[in-house]
Amino acid sequence: METINFIVANLPVIGQRTLEHISIVSVSVAIAILTGVPIGILITQSQIAADRVLYVASVIMTIPSIALFGLLIPILSLIGQGIGYLPAVIALILYSQLPIIRNTYTAVMNVDPALREAARGMGMTTIQRLREVELPIALPVIINGVRNAVVLNIAIAAIATYIGAGGLGTFISRGISQTDIRQLLTGALAVSLLAITADYTLLALQRALTSPGLRT
Amino acid sequence: MIRLDRVTKMFGPITAVDAVDMEVPAGAVCVLLGPSGCGKTTTMKMINRLIPPSSGKIFVDGRDTAEIDEVTLRRSIGYVIQQIGLFPNKTVEDNICVVPDLLGWDRRKSRSRAAELLRMVNLDPGIFLKRYPKELSGGQQQRVGVVRALAADPPVLLMDEPFGAIDPINREVIQDEFMKLQAELKKTIVFVSHDIDEAVKMASRIAIFRDGRLIQYDTPDNILAHPTDAFVAEFVGSDRTLKRLRLVKVEDAMMKEPPRVRAEDTLDTALRLMEEHGHYAVVMVGPRGRARGLVRVEIARDKKGTVAEHQEPLPGVINIDDDLRTAVSLMFTHGVTWLACVDHDGFYKGYVSQRSITNALGATYRDD
Repeated sequence: METINFIVANLPVIGQRTLEHISIVSVSVAIAILTGVPIGILITQSQIAADRVLYVASVIMTIPSIALFGLLIPILSLIGQGIGYLPAVIALILYSQLPIIRNTYTAVMNVDPALREAARGMGMTTIQRLREVELPIALPVIINGVRNAVVLNIAIAAIATYIGAGGLGTFISRGISQTDIRQLLTGALAVSLLAITADYTLLALQRALTSPGLRT
Repeated sequence: MIRLDRVTKMFGPITAVDAVDMEVPAGAVCVLLGPSGCGKTTTMKMINRLIPPSSGKIFVDGRDTAEIDEVTLRRSIGYVIQQIGLFPNKTVEDNICVVPDLLGWDRRKSRSRAAELLRMVNLDPGIFLKRYPKELSGGQQQRVGVVRALAADPPVLLMDEPFGAIDPINREVIQDEFMKLQAELKKTIVFVSHDIDEAVKMASRIAIFRDGRLIQYDTPDNILAHPTDAFVAEFVGSDRTLKRLRLVKVEDAMMKEPPRVRAEDTLDTALRLMEEHGHYAVVMVGPRGRARGLVRVEIARDKKGTVAEHQEPLPGVINIDDDLRTAVSLMFTHGVTWLACVDHDGFYKGYVSQRSITNALGATYRDD
């Protein structure tokens, strides 16, 4: 009851923190898509490159987020951005690479070789083959990777409050330091709700973008 | 139309195709035949440069393919593969229009072409244009695969075991459909197969490959009648003479202008006719010449009266456009040694007997 009162009384602040949260996650995922998808496509050309890239991306995933934030402070301090929005976004871009690269790579590799051969035999260039055949067929799996990345990032972004990036994590960190269960619950609820909403939104997007011929 | 000039392909130390010389005339269906690993598919794929030749030249329509941009070359050559390879993300219509779209055709023109092509393979455009490949049966998909290769009206078609993945019953149907289409379109076709029956049925020329070398290149009938060596003889099968039955039309083996009687003729007339020709039966025709029945010599000898009173139904008739295989099969089915041959309107044109079939097949053997 107290928590509900808190939420009602602080709706404007919650809204603002939510927008901060969304901003960090969406900017980082957008950039991660722009880097991860091309990397995922490129590494289909070389098994060795694929193994190495996926290995590095997996290693990055194992770095605890709080440690990664810590590592970025001295590096980004060189340009006066040691804490705040930029290191949060960079860390999230790094964490997004594995799900996006891996799903892109797997999806493109799994396109039936017969389709590739048909496309080549009919006179498609490599770019046309990607655009007309391989990417549309790989798209559902790639979006799945993006969904994974988004949900993961919404959770990790909550920790970015410790480096002053704002977001919904602020409620959680204050709730802990002030032993205020209301703030803690508000933050936790909001983060979960955001993750679920984002997941379903992307699922709907995935369905809309998948060719009816590929739906099962 | 297509000429291979000492075309060779090496994969590392292995010679996959060894100095193949070959010419496919315009409008011909050339079947590349041989066991797996004989180089037939590699040879075909070198024509549209999916595989680059190690040495030698390939000319399509007089032009050296090495001097044509490979993408341009491929768009000018229809390509059908065994796995069909319809794009699952595209509708049937968009699949058919892939090459026209790549060539930048006007959309309305390419879409109406797609509908026309579907009609040619007996698929209703109203039903199928907007469907996706997964909603089609295997046979329907293969038909779409074939018309997709025809969409931009290329003069040359490459087909890699296009009917291999279809069940035997549908395969026959689609082969027949395709031959009808080809009779109309007269494309120059290079067709890879490992099935001698398919080759005999489809080919105007058969090229037999072994270990990367072209062993024999000839008409199906010559390959069956005169295999160049033991390998070819074994590959085409010990029943190769039976296979030739398929290549000869009834019309070409039948005895033309046969004796005949009419319903109102007397048995005496019929008997005289049979004795004159040394036959033991004669076909009765209707007023305009349709085959109606037959009279046997023993009946004509023993009984009196008209043909109409003593005729029996014909045990089997065969269309003059059918092949001898069908004729022989019909003879065995009905336990007879001859068949009356009729045209599409049922008019009596001749008769085919075991002896005339033996003669038709034997003519080539005696050429030796």
